[in-house]
Amino acid sequence: MTATAVEAPEAQPAAAVEKPLSWKMPLLLGSVGILSFIFFGLMTPGGGATTTFVLSRSGDLFTIPAFDVPSQPVAIALTLAATALAALSAWGVRNRRQFGVWLPSTVGLLVVLAVLVWAGAGKTATSIQITGLLIGTVVLAVPLVFGSLAGMLCERSGIINIAIEGQLLAGAFLAALVGGAVASATGSDAVGAYAGLIAAPLAGALVGAALTLFAVKYWVNQIVVGVVLNVLVVGLTNFFFGTLMKNNPELNRAIGLPDLPIPLLSKIPVLGPVLFDQNILVYSMYVIVAVLNVMLFRSRWGLRMRAVGEHPKAADTVGIKVNRTRVRNTILGGAVAGFGGAFFTVASGLAFNKEMTGGKGYIALAAMILGRWSPKGALAAALLFGFADSLREQFGIIGTAIPSQFLAMLPYLATIFAVAGLVGHVRPPAAEGIPYKK
Amino acid sequence: MSAEVDKTETAEAGKPPRDTRALLREIAESNSLVVVLAVVASLIIGGFLIVLASPAVEEALGYFFARPADTFKAAWDAVSSAYSAMFRGAVWNYNGDTFAQQFRPITETLTMATPLIFAGLGLGMGFRAGLFNIGAQGQMMIGAMLGAYVGFAWNLPPVLHLIVAVTACALGGALWGFIPGILKARTGAHEVIVTIMLNYVAANLLGFALSKDAFQRPGSDNPQSPAVADSAAYPLILGDNYRLHLGFIVALLAAVGVWWLMERSTWGFRFRAVGANPNAARTAGMNVSIAIVGVMTIAGALAGLAGSAQILGTERSLTAGIAGSFGFDAITVALLGRSRPLGTVMAAILFGGLRAAGPALQVQAQLPIDIVLIIQSLIVLFIAAPPLVRFLFRLPAPSREKVVTA
Repeated sequence: MTATAVEAPEAQPAAAVEKPLSWKMPLLLGSVGILSFIFFGLMTPGGGATTTFVLSRSGDLFTIPAFDVPSQPVAIALTLAATALAALSAWGVRNRRQFGVWLPSTVGLLVVLAVLVWAGAGKTATSIQITGLLIGTVVLAVPLVFGSLAGMLCERSGIINIAIEGQLLAGAFLAALVGGAVASATGSDAVGAYAGLIAAPLAGALVGAALTLFAVKYWVNQIVVGVVLNVLVVGLTNFFFGTLMKNNPELNRAIGLPDLPIPLLSKIPVLGPVLFDQNILVYSMYVIVAVLNVMLFRSRWGLRMRAVGEHPKAADTVGIKVNRTRVRNTILGGAVAGFGGAFFTVASGLAFNKEMTGGKGYIALAAMILGRWSPKGALAAALLFGFADSLREQFGIIGTAIPSQFLAMLPYLATIFAVAGLVGHVRPPAAEGIPYKK
Repeated sequence: MSAEVDKTETAEAGKPPRDTRALLREIAESNSLVVVLAVVASLIIGGFLIVLASPAVEEALGYFFARPADTFKAAWDAVSSAYSAMFRGAVWNYNGDTFAQQFRPITETLTMATPLIFAGLGLGMGFRAGLFNIGAQGQMMIGAMLGAYVGFAWNLPPVLHLIVAVTACALGGALWGFIPGILKARTGAHEVIVTIMLNYVAANLLGFALSKDAFQRPGSDNPQSPAVADSAAYPLILGDNYRLHLGFIVALLAAVGVWWLMERSTWGFRFRAVGANPNAARTAGMNVSIAIVGVMTIAGALAGLAGSAQILGTERSLTAGIAGSFGFDAITVALLGRSRPLGTVMAAILFGGLRAAGPALQVQAQLPIDIVLIIQSLIVLFIAAPPLVRFLFRLPAPSREKVVTA
C-alpha cells in the first residue's frame, strides 16, 4: 500500500487528447494588472511625491535605513510589470506551456507593492512599516492556521467540520477561564496564561467529540451539526460570560503569554521580529504545521486517515477501523482548533468577550479549501488572509481613499474566486460528509 | 406526477384503525413525540444551566449538608421564575393590568416569527433540493438595503409604494441568492462557502452604504438611514397597541405558496428530484443547473422578504444590525421544521416565542438572554438525532428508523 499504487489508474494514454485551452488565468491576471495600472499606477500623485518605506526596528543587529522611492514612476513600473507577466501567462496558454504558481504569486506581490506605494505617496508624516505589516500578517493568521488544520484533520478523515468557529470560541473561553482561575490561585499571570493554553484544547476537543457523536453515531448531517454546535457554543460561552465571569471578575482578566524572543535570531531585521519574537503559541504553530505536513503524507497514520476519507469501504476491507479513525481525528482536530482559540484570549493578552472569534472559524474553513486540504497550503492561505487583514489595519493608520469596508471584503471575495475555480479546481476528500454504515 | 409521489409518502395515513396498544406504540415511535420530547429535554438541560448560574442556589449550596431542602427550593425557584418569565414574555402575561398588556406577548411572538418564517421557508426549499444555504443573513441585508432605499427615497402612492418596496427587498435577496446558485451550477463552487463569504460581503456593503450620504439620516452622525415612509411600511394589523404587521399574513401566504410550489408544481418536483439524486434527475432529462439556480434565487427572494419584515415592519430604519441573527436562526428553524412549510411556520413561532421571551428573561429573572440560544440549538440537535431522544426517554426503537439529512 504505497501512495504510487493508488495513483496508478491515472496512467492512461492521454497524449492524443488535447485539453481545451483555458483562458481564465490570463484573463484574471490581465484584468488585475490593467486595473491596478489605471488605479494605482496612473492615479498615484506625480511631481516628486515619494513613498517612505521603513524596514528596521530599533534593537536590530544592524539597521537598514528607511528609504524613499519616487511614487508615480515606481507604481507605474510595478503595475506594468504585473501586466507583462499576465501577457506572459497568455503566451503560455497559447503555446501550452505551464507556468508554476510563482507567476500569479509574483503578479499579486507586484500589485500589493504598487498599492503600498500608492497609499503612502506624498505623505510625509507617515511611512509604510513593512515589519509591522508582516508581524500583523503572522499574528492575525494564527487562529486561521489552527482552524484550517483542524478542518483538514476532520475532512481528510471524512467528517465535515463547520464547527471550527465554535471550537475556536470554546478554546478562547476555557483558556481565559482556567487562565484566570490559576492566575488568581498562584498569583502569577504567566503561570495562569500557560495553564489556560493547556486547557484550551480540551474545550475544542469537547466540541469535536460532540460533532463526532452526532456525525458517526447518529448519522446526522454533519453540516447541520456543525452549524448548530456553533450556535450552542456561542450560547454557552455568552451565558457563562454573563453569569459566572460577571459574578467572579477574577476569572476573566486580561492575562498574556510572555513573548519568548529567540536569542540572536530575533535580532535579524524584518525576519527577526516577524518570526522569532513571538509567544509559545506561534512557535507551536510552526511545529504543528511542519509535523502534520510530514505525518499526513508520509506516515501510516496519515495514509490511513486519507484512506478513510477517500474510500472508507476499501479502508475497512484492509482492516482499518473507519469510524474509530474518524472519531479520533475529529477529536484531535477539535483540540487543535481549541488550542488556536487560545490566541484570542491568553495569547493576545485579552479578556474573554462575547463572540470574540468574529467569524474567524469560517475564514479558516475557506483557508483550508484554498489550501486544498494540505497543511502547508492552509498555512499559505491563512497567511494570505492575515496579510489582507494586516493591510487593512495599516491603511487604517495611514488613511487611504479606499473605503475600509472594501478592504475588509477582500479575503471573502478572494475565497469566492478561489472556490469558483479561478485558481484551479479544488477537490475535497471523496467520502466527506457521508456516514460510514457497515 | 408529483401528486403520485405524495400519495406514496402519505399512504400510511390511510391504513385501517388499530387497537389502542398499536396506537400507543405508534405514538411512541412517531416523530411528533420526538419533537415534543426534544423540546422537553432541552428545557431540562436549560434548567440545569439556570440552576448553575443562580446566586441563590450557590448560597444555599454553602450550607447544603445542614439544610439540603433549601438548595432544592432555591433551584426550583430559579428554574420556575425563569420559565414563568419566559411564558409571560412569549405567550400570555398573566401579571398584566390591562387586556392589551396581557395579550401583547403572543403578538410579539408572531412579530418575531415573521422574518423567521420567510427565511426558514427559503432555506427549507434549499435543503430539500440538496443545497445548504447559509446565506440568508446576507440575503436579508441586501434585501433590506434595497427595500429601505425605495422606502425612504422614493415618493409613491400608498399601496403601490409598499408593493414596490417589498418587491425591492425580494429582488435584493434574490440577487444575493442567485450568485451562489450560478456559481454552484457553472463552476461547482460549494454553496456553503460561497454563501458564508457573501454574508460578510453583504455586511461590509451595508456598512459602506450606511457611511454614505445617500443612506444617512439628515442631521445624524450615527450609521442609520432615514425612516421608511409610512406609505411603504407594512400596516399594523391589530392596531397601534401591537407591533404585529401585515408581513405576518404575507409570510403565511408565502408558506402556502412554497407548499404549492414544492408539492404540487412540476418545478417543485424537479427541485426535490435534484435534491434526492442529481444524477438520476439529470438522466431523466431535468436541467440540474437551472434547478439549482432557481432554488437559490427563490430562497434568496424569501430571505429578502424576511428583510422586508424587518425594515418595513418592525425596525423602519436601516442599521448595521438590521438582520439581527434572524438569518442564522432561520437555519435552525428550517431544520426543526424538517424543511416543510407547515413545520417551518410552527418552528418559527416556537423560536419567535423564545426570542420574544428574551427581554422578560433578562429583566424579570436576571438571566442572560443567551439561554435562549442554548435551548434553541439543543432542540435542533435532539431533533436531528431521534435515537438519542429515544435513548434518553427509554422509548422503543421504531421498526424503520428515518435518517435525518438536512
